[in-house]
Order: sequence, then C-alpha cells, then structure tokens
Amino acid sequence: MTNSIADIHLADVLLVTGSNTTEAHPVISLEMKKAVRKRGAKLILIDPREIELSNFAAIHIRPRSGTDVALLNAMAHVILAEGLEDKEFIAARTENFDAFKEAVKGCTPQWAEDISGVPAEMIVEAARVYGQAGSAAIFWAMGITQSSHGVDNVQALANLALLTGNFGRPGTGVNPLRGQNNVQGACDVGGLPNVLTGYQPVTDEAVRAKFENAWQTKVKIPPTPGLTVTEMMNGVLEGRIKALYIMGENPILSDPNTNHVREALEEIEFLAVQDIFLNETAQMAHVVLPGVSFAEKEGTFTNTERRVQLVRPALPIRGGARRDLDILCDLGQRLSGVSPDDSADVVHPVTNWKYAGASAVWDEIAALTPTMAGIRHERLVPHGLQWPCPAPDHPGTPILHKEKFTRGLGKFTPLTFREPIENPDEEYPFILNTGRILQHWHGGTLSRRSEGLDWVVPEGEIQINEEDGSNLGIASGDMVRVSSRRGEATGRVRLTSKLPRGMVFMNFHFAEVPTNALTGAGVDPVAKIPEYKVSAVKIERV
Amino acid sequence: MIKPDRIVTTICPYCGVGCTLNLHIKSDVVYRVTSPFDAPANHGNLCVKGRFGYDFVHAKDRLTQPFMRKDGKLVPAAWNDAMGYVAERLLEIRDKYGPDSIGFLVSAKCTNEENYLLQKAARGLIGTNNVDHCARL
Repeated sequence: MTNSIADIHLADVLLVTGSNTTEAHPVISLEMKKAVRKRGAKLILIDPREIELSNFAAIHIRPRSGTDVALLNAMAHVILAEGLEDKEFIAARTENFDAFKEAVKGCTPQWAEDISGVPAEMIVEAARVYGQAGSAAIFWAMGITQSSHGVDNVQALANLALLTGNFGRPGTGVNPLRGQNNVQGACDVGGLPNVLTGYQPVTDEAVRAKFENAWQTKVKIPPTPGLTVTEMMNGVLEGRIKALYIMGENPILSDPNTNHVREALEEIEFLAVQDIFLNETAQMAHVVLPGVSFAEKEGTFTNTERRVQLVRPALPIRGGARRDLDILCDLGQRLSGVSPDDSADVVHPVTNWKYAGASAVWDEIAALTPTMAGIRHERLVPHGLQWPCPAPDHPGTPILHKEKFTRGLGKFTPLTFREPIENPDEEYPFILNTGRILQHWHGGTLSRRSEGLDWVVPEGEIQINEEDGSNLGIASGDMVRVSSRRGEATGRVRLTSKLPRGMVFMNFHFAEVPTNALTGAGVDPVAKIPEYKVSAVKIERV
Repeated sequence: MIKPDRIVTTICPYCGVGCTLNLHIKSDVVYRVTSPFDAPANHGNLCVKGRFGYDFVHAKDRLTQPFMRKDGKLVPAAWNDAMGYVAERLLEIRDKYGPDSIGFLVSAKCTNEENYLLQKAARGLIGTNNVDHCARL
C-alpha cells in the first residue's frame, strides 16, 4: 500500500476492484465501511460478483471478467474529456502524459461498453465521481493481479491515480491488499528471483558485489533473475530443475494446474520440505524437516501497509521439532562447511551462521538494506515501523510518494486492452473465477484444523448463477463435476443470484474439491502470475 | 473465568492486514484471543479466523520429528541424519548439474528473518537466484 490502513477512513472516494475485502481482508473492510457510513465517502466497486461491499457501494460496476483495462482506460478517457484531470500535478510530478492521452483517445465509454458489458453511462458516472473527489483511494487484491494482463491492470489503476493527483496525501494512493500475513515481508527480504533485500536488483553489479562481500561468498550471485514458482515446476518437467527446497508452502494445492505440479514433484531428484504438517507436498518429499508455528517463534512479519511488526514466542516447541531459524542456520553451516559443534559461538554470524537470535538476523538485513536501515527489533514495540525507515531516529513512512515518487516522476503507461487467454467457448462455456471465503484460509492447512471454522464451513462449495442452474437441470445441493482442459473437481453446488450468468465461483481451501486442478491456462508475461480468475470450464451433474 | 498463566502479544498468522493479537495461555494452551484497542492495523478488531482459528497450533498431527524416505516410505529420522542428507544432496546436485538446477521456495507464512536466511543460502551458498514464494498465488 502506498498509504496506511489508518487513513482509509479519510478518503472521499474509495475505488475497490478485484477484492472481496469483507471475506479476504475483513478488518480492512471495516475501515472502508467506516468511511462510507461515518464520513459519507462514496464507494465505487468493480466486481463481476455481488459481494457484501455491494451494499455499501454508490456505484457497483460488474464487468465481464478480464476486461479491466478497457474499463479503466475509458474512465481515464472521460476524466480527460471532461477536464477533471489534475493539471498541476501532471505537469509537476509526472511524465509520459502525452503518450498516455493519445492511447486513451479512442477508449470511449461506448467502446468499453462493447467490450466489458458495462453501460457507458455507468462508466461516465464512475469517472466523474473518482475524478471530482478531493481525495480518492484505490484498493485491489488478486482479482486485478491474477490475470494474464495483471501488470497492465495495476498500471491502469496507477494511471487513474496519477491523472487525478491522488498520491502522497491521506485517503489517497494505490493500495494492493496483500494476501498472506508475511507476503509483503517475504518480498521485502529478497524472497523473489529478481531482487535481493529491499528490492535491490540482482542485475545490478554493485548490489551483487555488496552482498557477496558482506556474506563473504565462495560462489557468485548470478547476474540474471532466477525462476518463479511456476517456472520452477515447469523446469522440473523439462529436466532443468533437479532439486527443490520448499519451506512453509503447499504448491500441490495452491499452484495452478495441480496435476502438472504433482507430476513435477514425482519426477524430481530431490525434494526437501520444511513445514509444520505433513501436507500434500511434504508427503512427496525425500526429507521432511519439522519447523514450528507462529506461536512458537520470534521474528517479524511485515503487513500490507509495510509495517514491520514483532512476532513473539508464546508456547514451548513441541516434541522434536525445531525453530525454523535454527533449521536454516544448521543448513547454512552445513552448506558452508562450518562445523555445527564449533565452539567459536557467534563470532561472526554473517559467515558462520551462528546468530544469537532473530534480532541478530534482522540487524544483518538492516545493514544491507537502505530502506530498512533504521529498523531494529527493539524499536518495534509497541506499534512496529513502516518502511522506508532509513535511520535509527526515522519515524517510518505511513504515506509514500509525498514530495516525489521513488523513481522521481510518476510515469503514465499507455495500455492496450487484451482479451484473457482462455475465454469460454462451446465446449467449455463457463468462466471459472476463484477466491477466498471468510472462514477458511488458502490451502486449508491452518483453518481446516480449527474445529469451529471447519464446523461453520465444512465443504468447498461450487457456486453458479440460478438461471444457469435451472437451464442445466441442476439444483442447489446436487453434486456436480467442473472440468477444464487441465483437470476436474467434484463438489456440491449452490445456485445464487449473486453471480453473473456464465460464471462458476469456487474457493480453493478444500483438498477434496481441488479447484486448482482446473486453473492454469496462462500467466502474465511480465509478473508470471497465473490467470486464476478466468479459466474456461464446463459443469455437469454427477 | 479462567485466569491466564500469561498473555503474549504477537501478530496474526492469517492475512496481510497484520492484526495485533493477545494470546491468552493456560497450561501451554491458547484458550482465548483478544486484541488491544491501540493496535495500529486493527484497533482491537479481529475476524473469525483471527479470533478463533488457532486449533491448528495444538493439532495432534503437528510434525514433531524429521522424516526421511527409505524404500519409498517416509520414516522417522534423527535431525543430524536428515540435515546432513539435505546438505549432501543439495551440494551433490549443485556440483553435478550446476547451481541453477536447484530451486528454493521461501514462505509468505514465515518470518522476515527466516526468509532472509533461506534466500541467503540459495544465493550465497548454492549460487542461484531461483528463489520465489507464493506471492503470485
């Protein structure tokens, strides 16, 4: 998020798209509803489904799946046609405006209606509401990014915010809602194939030299980005990847096209899994290393507003499990040939992998990462710190891009609308859309072991529109089989008026209804994110 | 009312909002979860998972020992053997096929410090940038 959770309620207009916030980020939805109810903010909701936030929306736009760029370009077209753009902001703080203006010239509301099915008047109204707002904040989640043009979608949203000067003030900004508790942090500390900590690129020679010197490496950090998750799985089948070390992840349930992932893991020469349960992926491993849960460890998580917060151990370690940090230090010592019995404790933890604790590891991160250089564990009590925090006396940064953008000027991106990779056809006439529900979590490993949650929602439900249901002779409660070009899943169906016709909605929390056996038609060419929100499927009663 | 042995302040393990939790613990069991009203992300609010979804911590099928595959089956193993085998195989495969034949998945559920160390091992000890996690999934 460029902005903070605490300033959501200060927005005059909220544009929420590709986020069923109430179910996936419940506590943030409370702030959105507060803005609407208490301050009379207007909510523009863009979502093909009717969701709980629809009840709070001034305008609910329900486009055909995957037509976001057409819709957002048309909103920009209207803002420009009606002179609602922030000319001063554009002149002072942005670049590439003329190319962008040219690109949206032909993107009339009527053009976008023909593509997205959203009435032109509604697009005009939404553009006016957003364009006239004193402060307008944009929020999105995987409904925007999990698309074969996810990067374009995000840039289209950023274009709108640039066009109207909605950056750097409370109640504005572009705000992705991050899914996992520490997905922000995992990205921040180098858990990506193209960057080291703080998004320092591996392609930069000076960056690589800095880390190689600090770590005193015997090997070179390669100058080219590595493979993403999906590419690694393909790499196994292509014979390029021979070994995987997987920590705290269950790709057999969460990756797209799971049959393909299973095939890959069956074939691999060596698979090590570090986890707290013997999940579907761990069952295929050559070695399983038992780590501990969040309740038994110390360290930090970084939330969606870039706030680094302290995780404290609350319970003793169970049985013969080990703290994940200790497992990793052990691994580091063995890989670098340091004897684990070496009594020269904590002499030089950077190279001998004998850290005094999580705080010592953090200090190493801070020393190598300018944006987090001022953060120390002891500064995180009681409320954490939001990066950038470059110095020990820096208070952290609740709002990004205040005076200038990180890159200097904010850059407009001219965008062309592209269709999703796999639109419905005669054989597979429905669009499969996937997402989370409130009571469960991701692959279900945590939430399905919580008796109360599993009692409330014990089954992975398949939803379809009620008219589609009666046309197919399917009633709520029937067992149906949903199949795509890649696989099939069987489960109980519920007919609902909340889905548009032609859509099947499934969550991916239940191993018994393996939704991701169906997904995986393609990925975004830049971000390599799978197009989870549009897969062509058929549905039949069993 | 049950009196806790201790109350530990920490962060919710579910979504990216980062709600502050107070874990109320009696006899090493989390029996109640509350949140302080001055919590920066959630002002004392919690969702149904954040307040009630912690049985997994005490689940009977939590892993409590390492396993190694022997004759196609996972069998209990000693830490030293399991760790030794992991390091040996990774180095063997690195030497035989090159560093880019190995991939590392860090975790959006693990801490910053853990993720940092695993990518450090991948880049600094094996010599590959094949590091990713479920951010896209």
